[in-house]
Amino acid sequence: MKDCSLHLMDIAQNSTTAGASHIVITMEADKNAQMFTMSVTDDGCGMEDAFLQSVTDPFTTTRTTRKVGLGIPLLKLSAEMTGGFFRISSEKGKGTSLSAGFVIHSIDRIPVGDMPETLSSLISGWPEIDWTVHLKSTIDSFSISTAEITAVLDGVPIGNPAVAGWLNETFTEAMKTIYGGILDEITEGP
Amino acid sequence: MKSLKDLEEIRERAKQELSMRETANKTRIIVGMATCGIAAGARPVMAAFNQELQTRSIQTATVSMTGCVGVCRYEPMCDVVDPDGSKTTYIRLDAEKARRIVAEHIVNGKPIVAFTIGAAEKIG
Repeated sequence: MKDCSLHLMDIAQNSTTAGASHIVITMEADKNAQMFTMSVTDDGCGMEDAFLQSVTDPFTTTRTTRKVGLGIPLLKLSAEMTGGFFRISSEKGKGTSLSAGFVIHSIDRIPVGDMPETLSSLISGWPEIDWTVHLKSTIDSFSISTAEITAVLDGVPIGNPAVAGWLNETFTEAMKTIYGGILDEITEGP
Repeated sequence: MKSLKDLEEIRERAKQELSMRETANKTRIIVGMATCGIAAGARPVMAAFNQELQTRSIQTATVSMTGCVGVCRYEPMCDVVDPDGSKTTYIRLDAEKARRIVAEHIVNGKPIVAFTIGAAEKIG
């Protein structure tokens, strides 16, 4: 995985596979603590304790086609090699929550990547799921949920390409305002 | 920052376009978006599908995602399910191929055989 946005796409996909109906994505950048945190919380099927213990092992997967599952181990690696952290908690039948922290100034930190594309793809690609996105930093914050978008759309599907385009622009603007000045790759632009 | 107000305009436009077309029968484009797909570049493919549908104002197709299909060596891949239920599986996609699929398959109704899994497996 080349950047955080691809990791997020991958991890959020796990939540959809877990049958979640509500998924909350939170990103937070703390300039003083130099920490960028990305979390995903879902109300999916959750995991048994034994499975949870082994979930960061690449040879653990629920997939039946192959014996490897690399998504979570790769994210853990990306976060920990910056000196950051990776946490996951889960309760069978209740849901799963995971967060990854990246030390911002670390030379090993992968860039944030195209977050707007990930967020808009997730929302338009899984229209039946209720998504909530919180973008926060020491500068500003922005929150949006599919519930409020659907209310405005009044029957027009959220997967409509024009809506996806709007979401992309909205997130692009929000990312710039909130993380510009904290994350160099956003300040300087692509 | 942007507000939900802008969405109202999009809604009105979408509604007008919808009413002019058949809404019941939709083509579904399903992009594989598991770890394997993402690592191989599935996200730009999905974005290209969305952009091309938006550019051409096509309301008769939707783009969604699925997990790992089990043939990771062919990623990025997608299924195009036509309104009649017939399914075409395209493999080793990129943004350019995605745009061509919209033009030739979705708009003109002619699947691009060369991009399909069937074509790849024949060659071996």
